[in-house]
Amino acid sequence: MFSGLKIGRGVTWFALIAAVVLTIFPFYWMVRTALTPAADLYSDSTGLWPQNPTLINFARILGLVDAEQARAAGGSGAQIDFLRYTINSLVYSGLIAAVQTFCCAMAGYAFARLRFPGRDLVFGIVVAALMVPPIFTLLPNFVLVKQLGILNTIPGMVLPSLLMTPFAVFFLRQFFLSIPRDVEEAATLEGISRWGMFWRIVLPMSRGPLITIGLTTIVWSWKDYLWPLLVGKGESTRVLTVGLGVFLQQSPNRAPDWSGLMAGSVLSILPVLLLLVFLGRRLVQSMNFSGMK
Amino acid sequence: MHAVEPRLDAGAGRRAGLPGRRGGPRKRRDDRLVGWLFLLPVIVGFLVFYAYPTVRGVWYSFTDYSLLNDPSYVGADNYKKLITDDQFWNALKVTGYYVVVNIVSQTVVALGLAALMHRLTRSIVLRAALLVPWLVPNVTIGLLWAWLLDPDLGFVNHLLDLAGLDTTLSFNSPTWAMPLVALVNSWAYTGYTALLLYAGMLQIPQHLYEGAAIDGAGELRMFRSITLPLLRPILALVLVVSLIGSFQIFDTVAVVYGGKPPIPETRVIYYYIYQQAFTYFHMGYAAAVAMVLVVILGVLTAVQMRMLRASRSDLG
Repeated sequence: MFSGLKIGRGVTWFALIAAVVLTIFPFYWMVRTALTPAADLYSDSTGLWPQNPTLINFARILGLVDAEQARAAGGSGAQIDFLRYTINSLVYSGLIAAVQTFCCAMAGYAFARLRFPGRDLVFGIVVAALMVPPIFTLLPNFVLVKQLGILNTIPGMVLPSLLMTPFAVFFLRQFFLSIPRDVEEAATLEGISRWGMFWRIVLPMSRGPLITIGLTTIVWSWKDYLWPLLVGKGESTRVLTVGLGVFLQQSPNRAPDWSGLMAGSVLSILPVLLLLVFLGRRLVQSMNFSGMK
Repeated sequence: MHAVEPRLDAGAGRRAGLPGRRGGPRKRRDDRLVGWLFLLPVIVGFLVFYAYPTVRGVWYSFTDYSLLNDPSYVGADNYKKLITDDQFWNALKVTGYYVVVNIVSQTVVALGLAALMHRLTRSIVLRAALLVPWLVPNVTIGLLWAWLLDPDLGFVNHLLDLAGLDTTLSFNSPTWAMPLVALVNSWAYTGYTALLLYAGMLQIPQHLYEGAAIDGAGELRMFRSITLPLLRPILALVLVVSLIGSFQIFDTVAVVYGGKPPIPETRVIYYYIYQQAFTYFHMGYAAAVAMVLVVILGVLTAVQMRMLRASRSDLG
């Protein structure tokens, strides 16, 4: 077999760079469209940079200009407030990630380390819930939230995933099983309580996996659409994904307001992108989690 | 959706069931009370938002329920209706089509990318760039591609024009709609899948490649004889997890039609359930259709759990 190493390397680098360009270019196009005045889209839809770049699209979807100006800039004039949607998205995903990770860490620790009758049975039952697809519990959960009278409230939106997901419990238990017992045993000799052990010793030791699962939960809740659409479509609890959907529906009879929509899309990416910039190393390396033996 | 969450766990579970790790602390304590206290929030969450709705969902599937009236028991009527419901069978069929196109394209490209990275670079920036679409809501991805594929102004169709092609790609074309939806989602998840496979490849001992290189093996040969066989357990796991996620396609088709229902060629099973439940208020029937999805995904998940336990990679 021959190995045309030099040519081979060139071709491989080319393939990798092509993959990155294919991945990133659509997002560039999103930004480019968001910076284009809506009126220009027909005459100026192919150049790599808009002829008259503007920030008006961001201003109008954030509600920073009055309805008159928004209509003039290509909006439908209907009320749209992406600032509020962004805040709602942050609250929704932040709350779920923080509380869920904490509760699941407690349970994961108990399943891994504490000894009491029924433990493994309960663990088996909780993990079996992995087999039930979300759409199945979604219908009755909607009915439940409706019956509790908390449709279109933040509690109604976060409650079903606030306390646990079977996956997080499973994941964290596996992790706690894998850490050495020595430290805990040393602490036990000093008479520390179970809670003290968990709170002061185990949690700080487990920062890595906790951040991993927390980050993953933030990303997934940030992306949530169907559930917040069903229970939180009202203006005051609307999250970004739902806001984008509603925004799109507001222009059913004419061409969609693409420059406004792309400005909204940019907003829906910005926070998670910041996450990638600041925590990218951890996020990317958490993909290696499976590589830990 | 949280549906695809287990994607992260490509093999973390290999630590499960390790023998000899279960031994208790040397000093026995009575953990009974404190144990249940630690579990309390999770048990409450589980009972109220997983167990109870599951039982309720099964019950609904045997009732006639419109959200406005109380559910009334109708026996197996919903399931009988299912068998003769063409739209249901069509939904299953197009979902299957979607899953095949999505999984095949995504896995093949991801495998190639992972192999290239593995043999060439450890660059974090490159990996982070490939991860970007995974961070983005499917709704945004759907919108973005609806714009790129806009028949009049979309950039992709502009490129096709430049290339002198007559075709206009559109989500409204019965022929192109489903492949497009599938490829858009492949685009979104290929980088993520590649990173998982890449992580698996990092476990393969470097000396195997060095040895093969000394024996004069080329890169392709190494890929076939070293990478692929040793990656198999992780590849299988990633595949099953992607499959589970793939069956739950919803957001994209819900968005690319501008809020109108998708055309029959893209009316996937998840959307059909949603439509039955929240457009027509046939909660009972929607629950019955959802039961079918439960069975399909249940089988796949059972396979996945088995793999998590069994597949301590061949490298041991």
